Amino acid sequence: MSYAKPKVAHPAIAKNELGYTRRDYEGSISTLCAGCGHDSISAALIQACYELDLPPHQVAKISGIGCSSKTPTYFLGASHGFNSVHGRMPSVVTGANIANKDLVYVGVSGDGDTASIGFGQFSHIVRRRLNMLYMVENNGVYGLTKGQFSATADFGSASKGGVPNPYDQIDLIQMALQLGATYVARGFSGDKKQLVPLIKGALSHPGFALIDCISPCVTFNNHEGSTRSYEYVREHDVPVVTADYVPYAKTIKVDYEPGTGTSVKMHDGSMLNLHKLEEDYDPYDRKKAINYLLDCQEQGKIATGMLYVNPDVTDFHDILETVDEPLSSLSYDRLNPGADALESINASFR
Amino acid sequence: MPDLKSVNELVLRFANVNGSGSASANSLVAKSFFRMGLPVGPKNIFPSNIQGLPTWYEIRVSEKGYTGRRGSVDVMVAMNSQTFQQDVADLVTGGYLLYDSTKPINPHGRREDINYIGIPLTQIAVSKYEQARHRQLFKNVIYAGALSALLDIEFDVLCDLLGEQFKGRDKIIESNIDALQTGYDYARRYYDCPLPVRVERRELVGDRILVDGNSAVGLGAVYAGATVAGWYPITPSTSVIDAYTKYAAKLRTDETSGRKLFGIAQAEDELAAIGMVIGANWNGARAFTATSGPGISLMSEFLGLAYYAEIPVVLVDVQRCGPSTGMPTRTQQSDLMACAYASHGDSRHVLLLPATPDECFEFSMLSFDLAERLQTPVILVSDLDLGMNDSVSKPMTVAPDYVWDRGKVADYEMLENGFEFYRYLDIDEDGIPYRTYPGTHPTKGAFFTRGSGHNKYGGYTEKGPEYKENMERLLGKFSTAATLVPEPVIEDKGRPDAVLYFGTTLEPMVEAIDELNQQGYALDQIRLRGFPFSEEVWAFINRHDRVLVVEQNRDAQMRSMLMIEGDIDPARLISVTQYDGMPVTAEFLVTAITGHLSDDPAVSQRLSA
Repeated sequence: MSYAKPKVAHPAIAKNELGYTRRDYEGSISTLCAGCGHDSISAALIQACYELDLPPHQVAKISGIGCSSKTPTYFLGASHGFNSVHGRMPSVVTGANIANKDLVYVGVSGDGDTASIGFGQFSHIVRRRLNMLYMVENNGVYGLTKGQFSATADFGSASKGGVPNPYDQIDLIQMALQLGATYVARGFSGDKKQLVPLIKGALSHPGFALIDCISPCVTFNNHEGSTRSYEYVREHDVPVVTADYVPYAKTIKVDYEPGTGTSVKMHDGSMLNLHKLEEDYDPYDRKKAINYLLDCQEQGKIATGMLYVNPDVTDFHDILETVDEPLSSLSYDRLNPGADALESINASFR
Repeated sequence: MPDLKSVNELVLRFANVNGSGSASANSLVAKSFFRMGLPVGPKNIFPSNIQGLPTWYEIRVSEKGYTGRRGSVDVMVAMNSQTFQQDVADLVTGGYLLYDSTKPINPHGRREDINYIGIPLTQIAVSKYEQARHRQLFKNVIYAGALSALLDIEFDVLCDLLGEQFKGRDKIIESNIDALQTGYDYARRYYDCPLPVRVERRELVGDRILVDGNSAVGLGAVYAGATVAGWYPITPSTSVIDAYTKYAAKLRTDETSGRKLFGIAQAEDELAAIGMVIGANWNGARAFTATSGPGISLMSEFLGLAYYAEIPVVLVDVQRCGPSTGMPTRTQQSDLMACAYASHGDSRHVLLLPATPDECFEFSMLSFDLAERLQTPVILVSDLDLGMNDSVSKPMTVAPDYVWDRGKVADYEMLENGFEFYRYLDIDEDGIPYRTYPGTHPTKGAFFTRGSGHNKYGGYTEKGPEYKENMERLLGKFSTAATLVPEPVIEDKGRPDAVLYFGTTLEPMVEAIDELNQQGYALDQIRLRGFPFSEEVWAFINRHDRVLVVEQNRDAQMRSMLMIEGDIDPARLISVTQYDGMPVTAEFLVTAITGHLSDDPAVSQRLSA
């Protein structure tokens, strides 16, 4: 069930540059468990879109199936949303994006939806360089079916019943790096300060952006022995590079120690200021990033933050060589080759 | 030996090795008959293989206009030693065997009731050409030249066709014509040309065209304004997308920018292909995909979503021989039920059943209009025979006043002017609600699309009555669909018995009906062109005592669908099936139909009266 929230706002409430209040970016009341990490991610998405001054109706939310995939109902109620088929969000968002390149695409998926049933589609959407934010709300467990391990659960981590996971984990970040993603970040739903700028950067990135967001399942994966519990993630989180998102034409506020920062100019002129917390980490070096992540994995650490970014990207429409206008906006007059052309095609078959 | 003599009535078959370059020489011969004003029906009978396996190409020429398969062969060009014995056996008594006489043929199985025309093709090719590939390719052109002399195919017609095919490449044209001439001269020198079986120019094709159904479907999608295709390669549907790609590139590239007014994505599998189509249609573009049986199986879950969430989808199914991988390069009509009832739960889909290339074009365009009008998947059910073989067809045309039908879409103006939008509300009582495209209006018209339970307002529900109300409306929408699909083609002269058929059974049925009439069996006819079945279909069936349901699958799927949908007494629906993977022949139809009818004493009585 989902419930609508009252749309009454105090006249003095803050508005963004488009005149929308934060409330305008909210959705229905969540029906997830109290304390679910996914709700924090929805809140971060709301804040990011509000602060980015995105018109809510210019965002399309598309998801697969599962707890995570239910969340598009809980943010951006004025946007069209599509809760599709298990593991197949990438293909639906691909079609939607080909049809209309002008909308902002937020794909929401979970670890089962992406790393198991949808692993094939995940791989191929990265290869297609689709301009979108792909948000994985990763809790390492199947919640709706009551606690089975997912493919992102760490080897050896314990289920709620105490059984250790006998399989190696799939690290979506490493996969995305291998497949050529140009914006790769890992967030933690318990660290909104880190997450919101990562989302803003991803939404401004003109190509494929993955955020693998660790999002503990309070009901089935928040116990001792789990490596996806709030406690475990807080203890083992290694924020590698934090990001501050600075919109275009705003003063760049530097709030990191001199000598450790670097800025990425995004396609739309906005800046992503990166603050290196690990001295040797280079968020522009794909190979090093992969090696670093492998090391972290061995040491049981969870590297979070802006792990890799390359602002020079091609998007799927560059590959397809489509016209600037959205294909969905073309009139029949522009699409119809006309009767003369048809007659000459007929003639070619005589 | 009885003399086989005929003018403009013949079956010519080529037996070749796959990958030997015979296809272009064989289709050159087929097209030359057409250029001489003769109705022609070429069938490519090819293996699932790139090189080495046997392949056949059969051309029916018929002044009477019978372009379906007849059965048996009059003239055989036997170029494949692997199948030689069988190819010899397939000839009619008095038929002609053109073979490569470079090596003596095996005397075993030699028939005395056929005519042998030996031409030392390999020897000629080896003496004329240096390169091995040239020797192989020109051998095919040499036999085409010999056929020109033997069957009286106008030599200039062949030369013109080569000139068009290789336009601007004069050297290639020259060498091909030289090879043709070599074969022509040899045949004239050593045999009495033309043979008693031959052709002669007529004016019987008028403005008709010779085209494959897949090209017509792909071109139809261009003319329907489709801008998005998501697809995965599979025989025999690949050439639908090839045609769309070719024509869209030619006709839909922005002249100033050179950018494309279409986007084609080769997907990782059929699931992704249909997912893309659903996403694009949801977002306001006309999108389609093409596949074959295995793809239908994979797309089933998504088809259920599109049915239930009411998203337009155009899906072309070019059927091949199932089940499983089956015989992937052979034809069948065996996906009917898989298409009509694809996906779990109560779901059913609109089908269009073309029988000719011009219907492929027309129905391809129509499928987009119907999908958007009905907000549901529309499956264009073609088959390998129609899709991949050339057929003589009426030209492809678009009505001058054609306007695309985008269906019920609430746009910015409607929403701004107070249109009260609820996604699944049936305000027109035709079962079809309004939809909005994403991004239309800042504050109005947004909705959440889901495959989970929803009520008429578009909200999530787990309440039985709300769920049921919506499911009942979908049934109502399906009734609306029955009024919008193409009506059947009927010939009803009040006879007690009738034949019911659809798709590629049309070609041989025309010939079979004439033959049956001559034998004294008079039957009414109905050719189905769409599903759900319209009132006209039920009225026709109910007017007849018995209806012979002819179809190209083992399990009589169309008959089952008639029983399921119309509650027809099974005893009145007599099944005639042919499903060996080859296009149906007129010979088969006549035998099968008379077999059923003459079992019945009432029919025998009518015949004797």
